[in-house]
Amino acid sequence: MAEAEAHGHGGETRRDFIYLLGGAMGAIGAAAFAWPLIDSLSPAADTKAASTTEVDLSAIKEGQAVTVKWRGSPVFIRYRTKDEIARAVKDDKASMPDPQPDAARHQDGKPQWLVMLGVCTHLGCIPLGQSSSDKKGDFGGWFCPCHGSHYDTAGRIRKGPAPKNLPVPDYRFVTDTRIVVGEKPKKAAA
Amino acid sequence: MAMQPAPQPRWMRWVDSRLPIFGSMAHFNAYPTPKNLNYWWTFGSFAAITLVVMLVTGIVLAMHYTPHVDHAFDSIERIMRDVNHGWLLRYVHANGAAMFFLVVYIHIFRGLYYGSYKAPRELVWWFGIIILLCMMATAFMGYVLPWGQMSYWAAKVITNLFSAIPLVGEGITTWLWGGFAVDNPTLNRFFSLHYLLPFVIVGLVVMHIWSFHAVGNGNPLGIDVKSPKDTLPFHPYYTVKDVFCIGIFLLVFAAFVFFAPNFMGHPDNYIPADSLVTPAHIVPEWYFLPFYAILRATPDILFINAKLAGVIAMFGSILLLFLLPWLDNSKVRSANYRPAYRVAFWLFVIDCIVLGFCGAAAPEGIWLDISRIATAWYFFHFLILVPIIARTERPKPLPFSISEPVVKTAARA
Ligand code: HEM
Ligand code: FES
Repeated sequence: MAEAEAHGHGGETRRDFIYLLGGAMGAIGAAAFAWPLIDSLSPAADTKAASTTEVDLSAIKEGQAVTVKWRGSPVFIRYRTKDEIARAVKDDKASMPDPQPDAARHQDGKPQWLVMLGVCTHLGCIPLGQSSSDKKGDFGGWFCPCHGSHYDTAGRIRKGPAPKNLPVPDYRFVTDTRIVVGEKPKKAAA
Repeated sequence: MAMQPAPQPRWMRWVDSRLPIFGSMAHFNAYPTPKNLNYWWTFGSFAAITLVVMLVTGIVLAMHYTPHVDHAFDSIERIMRDVNHGWLLRYVHANGAAMFFLVVYIHIFRGLYYGSYKAPRELVWWFGIIILLCMMATAFMGYVLPWGQMSYWAAKVITNLFSAIPLVGEGITTWLWGGFAVDNPTLNRFFSLHYLLPFVIVGLVVMHIWSFHAVGNGNPLGIDVKSPKDTLPFHPYYTVKDVFCIGIFLLVFAAFVFFAPNFMGHPDNYIPADSLVTPAHIVPEWYFLPFYAILRATPDILFINAKLAGVIAMFGSILLLFLLPWLDNSKVRSANYRPAYRVAFWLFVIDCIVLGFCGAAAPEGIWLDISRIATAWYFFHFLILVPIIARTERPKPLPFSISEPVVKTAARA
């Protein structure tokens, strides 16, 4: 008797509703359990924690560059010469894939210090240009040999397959000659 | 024609009446196979035996390998120098991957020539492409395990392909890496997946074989089996042929393992991974070169930047194969009876080889131009040439049945 009632006479029945509800609960349950599995692959707490690097700039001479490691990637730090800065500023209005004025590439009042991730925005190779004997590309900055991307003296992409300028990480001047990479700069007050 | 099954011993009957495994194996043995299959049809068994070789050597290698950035490279060197026969296991596994691709590529070209992808074998073709994709993922992640310079930079460049996806790309790469660069979490998960995927491939191979057993093998004439006269039982006719050919294949395989084990490898991968220095010339293993060429050749297309366009073209070049049964709607399967398609086929083979050379060369000057032309031809072939030929070509007359031309040539001899 109960059976006949559940099957109903065409149209929706209680049983259809229970199927639907059961199916939906199963799907929600599976999705809820999938999330921790998927999210466990994202950077773990210790990976995220080990994420500042302090650098002493006092030993770097004008025209020189050093590479430090931050979060597993190289950070390029360059003490730019007057010429290099002038060349970058002059090109501010030139057409480029990812337009940015030179002023947006360094911190206020410190145009000589260029701090960027040394990771080509194309497919992640390390561009050449840190040592004085390196090939620096058509714009005198950096050149990525993997697929031929040219960056200028402000680390902006000018030619080749890379779509973006070399990224500028968060960094903060602790003193005039020390920076911490991975920390936001203090607001204008400093 | 069908062979009488030998009477089963009692214990087999006991098992079969509970779980019919021997009965199903008999089905395999008696499986009616077209009698005109040529040697190109043996590459499927080469692929199967190679998969087994990879599983066996891989499982034993994994007993000696350490998936940690500080120890991976050294554990490989220890396998090479100290583990008993470790050098053999590793060289078989490393060269086995290359042999696997060689065999599977020939197997795919066989399919392209003889129209094996056409009705009713579309699903066979689809499972084949999925197997190819899984093989590529497996081989890529396996190559990362030794944690040499090429391993590291392959991992970096390939995972960065995903950063081309607008908006979510960066997030996806961080998630893939489990960090902010390719590092220990990346190596660990690659090892886990490198262990898993070959077993997924085994499952896919079962589906692949099941799907052509359901409709029967194709054959070089491309016509359907008309009567039992057109077929032979798989065993012993094709088991013997396949085993004989596997013997020859293994000789070639062994020649590489014993006489030129590093011929297909890159010396740079014997330098431990260094996240601060990219090798001067990074190239993938030979079996990825054509796709790498497509990736690098693609320029900005309309509003899509070159990076994203390259990634789309590269993945598209494989995904396109899924559509082939509909792009080529000619009813005639075998290129032997399709004069125009046959020319297009050989041009396509040449195009793929040219792309391979482009992938190995630096993407500058003349090589960049050649890569672009060859990439354009790749897509032109599938999207324009093949559909047009299928719709306009006048095929040669087909033989009436599989046994007809065989009987005729026999009579002439
Ligand atoms: C579809 C089948 C497979 C393919 C195409 C494949 C491919 C590869 C490749 C290309 C390498 C790098 C070789 C080198 O340069 O040293 C490798 C390494 C490795 N594979 Fe596999 N593999 C397969 C199956 C397996 C299986 C089933 C396992 C174990 C469960 C395994 C375990 C390993 C280990 C431990 C290494 C590191 C040792 C070494 O580099 O020789 N592989 N694999
Ligand atoms: S990774 Fe730098 S150009 Fe491709």
